[in-house]
Amino acid sequence: MTDLDRRPGELTLGELLRWTWRQLTSMRTALILLLLLALAAIPGSLIPQSDVDALKTSNWQADHPTLTPVYEKLGLFSVYDSPWFSAIYILLMISLVGCIIPRCLVYWRALRAQPPAAPRNLMRLPDHLDYPVDEPVDDVLARAAVVLKQRRYRVITAADAVSAEKGYLREAGNLLFHLSVIVVLVGFAVGSLFGYKGGVIVMVKGGFSNTLTQYDDFDAGSLFDPDRMEPFSFDVKGFDAEWLVSGPRAGMAHKFDSQLTYRETPDGPEHDYDLRVNHPLKIGGTEIFLIGHGYAPVFTIRDGDGNVTFQGPVVFLPVDQTFRSFGVVKAPYAKPTQIGLEGEFYPTYDYTRATGPFSAFGNALNPRVSLLAYVGDLGLETGEAQSVYSLRKDGLKLLKKPDGSMFRVDLGVGESVDLPDGAGSVSFDRVERWNKIQISRTPGTGTALTGVCLALLGLLGSLFIRPRRVWLRARRSDGSTIVELAGLDRSGGGDVGAELAAIRSAMQTAGADTELEEIS
Amino acid sequence: MTNQAWETLSNQAVGACGVVYFLALLAALAEWAIGVGARSRASAVNAGVKVGPGVESADVVLPETGSSAGPSDRALMLGRLTLLLTIIAVGVHAVALLGRGMAADPHRVPWGNMYEFTLSGTFVVAAFYLAGYARFKLAWMAPFVLLFVVTVLMVAVLWLYEPVSPLTEALNSYWLVIHVVSAVISTGAFTLGGLTSLFLLLKTRWPSATWLQRVPGPLDLDRIAYRMHAFGFPVWTFAVLITGPIWAHEAWSTYWNWDPKEVWAFITWVVYAAYLHARSTAGWRGRNAAILALVGLATLWFNFIGINYFSSTSQHSYAAPVEPAAHSVLVLGRT
Ligand code: HEM
Repeated sequence: MTDLDRRPGELTLGELLRWTWRQLTSMRTALILLLLLALAAIPGSLIPQSDVDALKTSNWQADHPTLTPVYEKLGLFSVYDSPWFSAIYILLMISLVGCIIPRCLVYWRALRAQPPAAPRNLMRLPDHLDYPVDEPVDDVLARAAVVLKQRRYRVITAADAVSAEKGYLREAGNLLFHLSVIVVLVGFAVGSLFGYKGGVIVMVKGGFSNTLTQYDDFDAGSLFDPDRMEPFSFDVKGFDAEWLVSGPRAGMAHKFDSQLTYRETPDGPEHDYDLRVNHPLKIGGTEIFLIGHGYAPVFTIRDGDGNVTFQGPVVFLPVDQTFRSFGVVKAPYAKPTQIGLEGEFYPTYDYTRATGPFSAFGNALNPRVSLLAYVGDLGLETGEAQSVYSLRKDGLKLLKKPDGSMFRVDLGVGESVDLPDGAGSVSFDRVERWNKIQISRTPGTGTALTGVCLALLGLLGSLFIRPRRVWLRARRSDGSTIVELAGLDRSGGGDVGAELAAIRSAMQTAGADTELEEIS
Repeated sequence: MTNQAWETLSNQAVGACGVVYFLALLAALAEWAIGVGARSRASAVNAGVKVGPGVESADVVLPETGSSAGPSDRALMLGRLTLLLTIIAVGVHAVALLGRGMAADPHRVPWGNMYEFTLSGTFVVAAFYLAGYARFKLAWMAPFVLLFVVTVLMVAVLWLYEPVSPLTEALNSYWLVIHVVSAVISTGAFTLGGLTSLFLLLKTRWPSATWLQRVPGPLDLDRIAYRMHAFGFPVWTFAVLITGPIWAHEAWSTYWNWDPKEVWAFITWVVYAAYLHARSTAGWRGRNAAILALVGLATLWFNFIGINYFSSTSQHSYAAPVEPAAHSVLVLGRT
């Protein structure tokens, strides 16, 4: 096939590939990909994300039955690892690499290059000035070389002109910045592929050991290997919080302090640690955070046959600042029918006609519970997953007083009450506390952090070092020497005019100094 | 002084600086009106800043700033008055911030809620304006900066006000302090840069409009805008991609969690990166770059104010009060 056979505009495969590569690594494509990346990040901030907040996502999905399947197909519930989001940043990275490597080579050559010779007509450059002096050309050029070197230019002198250039590090900064973006991405990717994050509620006086089954919620990267989880364990020995009783934030607690003892390995020595907010415990590569706390009332439930069918603390989740908390108790082994309780816990119980029961304070000064009681089938045998914080009411019957009025299990500590219909009895024995602990391991964090710091460094160089070329030519005219000075700013941000003015005055001061020396 | 006294001082200082800003705004508008009325061809260069001896920049500044007729004495006087009032207002504004910080027990940096954040943000905008006044010859910008500051302060006082209160525990981290300081600083720089870019667009659209006569030419505007964004961008990088993640990691255990605040901070970062690119991409310089700068500014302020109406941060599914709901505290002032 000769060139004559080809229709105009037709490309060979090689040419097509080269053309594609050039397009992909062009500045314009990089710009458009950046804008696409920004655009693509938006949906994830408006639609709940399942790996950020699973609970909220499932609630949203329940509320929007028609949209959900569509959104699911589009990956809108996990935007940041959806194929289309990944495609954008992978293309951006390819473009970046394709752009950076050639630029590194060019830079390497440019580093050793001499400043280019002066253009023929300096007065045609956008920034220029000229002034007469009455020294010989060679003196002016020699002084110019000294002055420009002092101003940290790289200088070469030709017969009638001096060329100078500075700011080589700007390009280095720019390259460092772009390379570091890749480093950050690698660090981030390692973290999300190999890392994990899990949460667990641990009773104060309870313990935890780091195996998958002990977590309440667990979210791991796709290359995470459970065998590499560090085999530590810890016990929560005690928990303190200080309650503010006066001032504008009265009622709030602060200075949370969870006293842990931990072992790094099952037979390692025991250590103590005060776990506080913003002060995680680090064991190997894993970190342990205190992120929440609350109350767990301890109940004893007897069933209709009079046997103790449930006894122990039940975690109630706080719903507001006053630690009014919501929770559910399930007694699946109760005979003749299963028992379920649902309601609220008030650490400092108070009541007004207007508000109903409420908690006046977060500290447990006057703890009470107020629960509704149900009997029937708790639905635990259906095989469906069920939250420990909700009752499935399909098979349950709300217990009422014999006269048909509302029945509530309203108890203070140490009190008990019989359930209607001979279903059994409930007693509220005491209050325990729990801590919500978050545990995570994110490899690659150091890499990512180093990456951003280098990127910032590179950025500073790239933005604040001004690459400049300056030329100075001296020529004789009518018995005096005309000095022509012109400059180029290669970053587009600088004010070359001011620099030229500064060079000129430096030349003149230097000239005055040499004259003084000659006189003395 | 007692905490109460500090708080009262702060409130009074906010009121006072609001009034002084307003007076400065009036002076600036009067100066502008005189300039337009007299069809003065004077540029901001001559109106606001004396070109010092030895700086022979007159022959290297762009041709459109060269002018024959100087501004009238009255305009000069009003220009100086505007500057003086602005300086006073910024001083009083600083007192308001100080009072706010001293009123809290323990003393702290004044950005525990949206009111305080707004107070700091407007302060930084005004202070930056003064800092760049001589260097970038910003006198022409006075009415717009002042209008912005007065409006935002008014919104802060009318709708966002909250009494002084201590920070929640998770906000009590020096990383957070650095994070917020740098976020506020870059917000100030971006806001001024965006304002400049806006005028770049106006000036390219209506190059000879009388009311834009005081505004420098497009090349100057582009350079000023670039310098401000170039200052803001690394600071924003530091705030959003370094200190933010470090703090988030300490408080929430993950350094990047894709919560809406983070997502929008990232979007802002990417848009400004695109702006910097656009300035060196053929066909994107000037107008398109300026549009990108304004898009960036819109995402920035949207993140600060708007995002909460569309989506709430998701760190609180357990609603446990220890949980560091910092971003919602900063933004909604709730705890
Ligand atoms: C991950 C995406 C990228 C980010 C966040 C990014 C960011 C930046 C930033 C902030 C600057 C400003 C520095 C300055 O103004 O001096 C810059 C400059 C530059 N970028 Fe990128 N960039 C990215 C990808 C790319 C790609 C793919 C290319 C190749 C086409 C590229 C080529 C350039 C060039 C040539 C400059 C220098 C422009 C100048 O001389 O001002 N960048 N980049």
